[in-house]
Amino acid sequence: MTGAAQMAGNIPSADLIVIGGGIHGCATAMYAALRGLSVILLEKETVARHASGVNAGGVRRLGRHYEEVAISQRAMELWYGLQDFVGADCGFNIAPQIRVIETEDELENARQRVKDLNEMGFDHEVILEQNELREYLPAVSDHVLAGLACIEDGFAQPFHTTFAIAQKAKAEGVRIYEQCRATGLKQADGVWSVETSQGAFKAPKVLVAGGAWGNELSSSVGEPVPLEDCAPMMIVTSRLPHFCDAVVSALGRPLSFKQMPNGTVVIGGGRRGRADRNTNLSEILFDELHLTAETAADIFPIMREASIVRTWSGVESILPDGIPVIGPSAKHEGLYYSFGYSTHGFQLGPGCGEVMAELIATGETKYSLDAFAVNRFAA
Amino acid sequence: MAPSISRRIEEDAPTVTFTFEGQTIEAKKGDSVAAALTAAGVLDLRSSVVSGESRGIFCMMGACFECLMNIDGQPNRQACMTEVSEGLVVLRQQGSREVDL
Amino acid sequence: MSVKTVDLLVIGAGPAGIAAATEAANAGLSVTVMDEQPRPGGQIYRSVETTSAKMDKILGKDFLEGRPLVESFRASSAELMPETLVWNIGSDLTIDYSTAGVAHRMQARKVVAATGALERPMPIPGWTLPGVTTAGALQILMKTSSIVKEDCVLMGAGPLIWLVAVQMIDAGVPPKAIVENLPKGRTFAALPHLPKALRASEYLFKGLGLIRRVKQAGVPIHSNASALAIEGEGAVKAVTFKTGGKSHRIEATSVALHQGVVPNQQITRLVRADHRWDDSQKCFLPVLDNTCQTSAPGVYVAGDGASINGAKCAVLQGTEVALHIAAALGKSVDTGRIQRLKAAIARETSVRPMLETLYAPAQEILEPADGTIVCRCEEVTAGAIRSTVDLGAPGPNQVKSMLRSGMGPCQGRTCGLAVAQIIAARKGETPDVTGYYRIRPPLKPIPLQELASYDPAQEEEPAEDGVAAE
Repeated sequence: MTGAAQMAGNIPSADLIVIGGGIHGCATAMYAALRGLSVILLEKETVARHASGVNAGGVRRLGRHYEEVAISQRAMELWYGLQDFVGADCGFNIAPQIRVIETEDELENARQRVKDLNEMGFDHEVILEQNELREYLPAVSDHVLAGLACIEDGFAQPFHTTFAIAQKAKAEGVRIYEQCRATGLKQADGVWSVETSQGAFKAPKVLVAGGAWGNELSSSVGEPVPLEDCAPMMIVTSRLPHFCDAVVSALGRPLSFKQMPNGTVVIGGGRRGRADRNTNLSEILFDELHLTAETAADIFPIMREASIVRTWSGVESILPDGIPVIGPSAKHEGLYYSFGYSTHGFQLGPGCGEVMAELIATGETKYSLDAFAVNRFAA
Repeated sequence: MAPSISRRIEEDAPTVTFTFEGQTIEAKKGDSVAAALTAAGVLDLRSSVVSGESRGIFCMMGACFECLMNIDGQPNRQACMTEVSEGLVVLRQQGSREVDL
Repeated sequence: MSVKTVDLLVIGAGPAGIAAATEAANAGLSVTVMDEQPRPGGQIYRSVETTSAKMDKILGKDFLEGRPLVESFRASSAELMPETLVWNIGSDLTIDYSTAGVAHRMQARKVVAATGALERPMPIPGWTLPGVTTAGALQILMKTSSIVKEDCVLMGAGPLIWLVAVQMIDAGVPPKAIVENLPKGRTFAALPHLPKALRASEYLFKGLGLIRRVKQAGVPIHSNASALAIEGEGAVKAVTFKTGGKSHRIEATSVALHQGVVPNQQITRLVRADHRWDDSQKCFLPVLDNTCQTSAPGVYVAGDGASINGAKCAVLQGTEVALHIAAALGKSVDTGRIQRLKAAIARETSVRPMLETLYAPAQEILEPADGTIVCRCEEVTAGAIRSTVDLGAPGPNQVKSMLRSGMGPCQGRTCGLAVAQIIAARKGETPDVTGYYRIRPPLKPIPLQELASYDPAQEEEPAEDGVAAE
């Protein structure tokens, strides 16, 4: 997937240029191509290099911000058929997502949430009381009171998934240029020119799906957003005998916990390391990460037997209200955004990809994107 | 009695005894568990987590992680990096085992 | 909360590490050396403090040179922390380490990575069978435990094969056979480097002397072997190979493999130092400036971890790097001495181009057959790696994500170089372009309970009497 250098006198062009080779860029490119658009995707390193390749892999409707729930539901429908659709193993498994509840206050909040969702017309989240919880999580600590759950959520392998979506996009005609960093956007006569480290590309429509680097481009066209870098940290253990089929989080403290089919346990939850988006690198801070280990052992005492084989983190970006920027530019015709997924964008990938492709191709989408507007932070 | 696969040159060193899979093994002070088992003719130390095939010592310097064993109740210990001590309990590490919840 | 700070942390108590520590301590720096082994010496001088007179004779004169080195180190003010694992180094040189099952933190102003070399991966069919070890493993068994493998075939190439063979002969347990896999024409190809090599001719004469002794002992030697394979079910039964078109099979219960040694990259990769591919040594080397510092500020390398040059060179480099670090920390240093050390190192290394050409890894080792396991931890074959490249995976990290190669506990120590080379060959590029696994902490697995109990913010300077405050 190496990009060709710019041909002399011949600027590569398409109906749509997607900037960013994470799951959102790749999914949008794929769905746009399936709608008949010619698409070029530009990725500054390699597909799935950052968050989309190294996240916890949770395919989760559970616990979403209310504004995201509708798209998340649609995304889940797409997930159920995704492996067949892209023709590759994404490591996708349907599995309950369960948020363990450790205090009475947390339980009260959880009950209220389920009520709110039901009133909105959604019934995918339920409360699992003490005994029912232990049918799903026999190894959970005695002190856990209950669980907030979505029984038919799931998990997947993030790199496999994003890579497979990119491969399907390529099969549908998307041209992917890797090691191609977009450095500027200019519009003239209804055509966008994207300047990159490999020369210029042209299209009437551009999608900025640049993840933690998205606001560099949005700022350059007068639409800055207050994106904050962070480096959520992950742990993976050696293989353990099988004891947990669900994906587990905790309502009251940072934790994501999943035992993979091969027996290794992947533990995350968002405690932060040190991020440097200029070098695209991040660093583990064990001062923080030891709390992740402690939480995992508190909630699943069997984890005390585990050994930590690896830790890693990646550069992610968070917006102040914790939800992404999705939708059209507020200032420029033909420019669209899909970034800032604030450490929970993976499950939304196919859904937002489909929505953005529809919006870009037809100018409309039935989903309300007002809450995700790029200019919502303007004073 | 396992067939001899190695010879001990220095017989004079003090003896240390430990158990392997319930059997008593005589080792020499300063031996790693891996060296002691080699001297005792034991070649297979664990079964691979992927295929279950037998694995034994390989690098003896703590780099390859082939010699992972359950030593004194703790799994995933490198036998070549663990010195023998009197009464140590050593077990093979088998791929995946059942857990009693 | 203040954490213990040292001027210099040396990781690795082999010849380079203890030479650096001794020199730095003598220059007035506070120095700590951490090593996973209980005693200093590294691999080459392993157990040199405790070998018996009988074993000393078997192991040879070169081995004994480690003894005065260790004695000087012990006499210096450098602190040795044995049975200690460094598992993380922060960009600000905070050090996370564990000893006796407890994790701790300290702060270093400078770090010397002196973790030496690893055996080059030598993936051949059957190499994962119990009974197959590296040649280095045979030496460790001899040095630490006076154990010699019987019924053993040595397979591969490199000076170590001849040294180990002579040691086994002197122990009264000669190898059953030596199967050397150098293709024809290597000696001829190495000849242009002979004039330079003669500047350090003692290495050549030593090598020739070892080969002569093996021949005199009557050990069967099979040269120019190819199609190396190991047979067995659950344990080694035999080795097979071809020489001159003829097939051979030798029964054996022990096989020791060797195809040279390469720098251990785990620390230099962890700190994200720049590396370059050296096409003569056929491995990655950390890029060092003329003070032995990597591109990661404050992290230096000395010894085989910088480039494979042997023990004598390691001592010289260790001494040199300590002087550079002392100067960097404000001590006055004899620059003439540094120049003399550099000249001595240049002389010692003049034998390398010839040895590197003579003993370069065989093509069939660099490009194993499809069915051969390359990543031992996760049982990933060369064929699987090639197929994944064909599907579009651009490098070792993407192959790792797809196939789990490099995700096992050894984190690429055994397979990393082989995987990079297989990918490079498949893509028709040089390994410089292909790159290597990203290395993440912990450098070795640690028990989750150890991390759960670890609270670096609570680390305190030990009280005056050496006992940590409650």
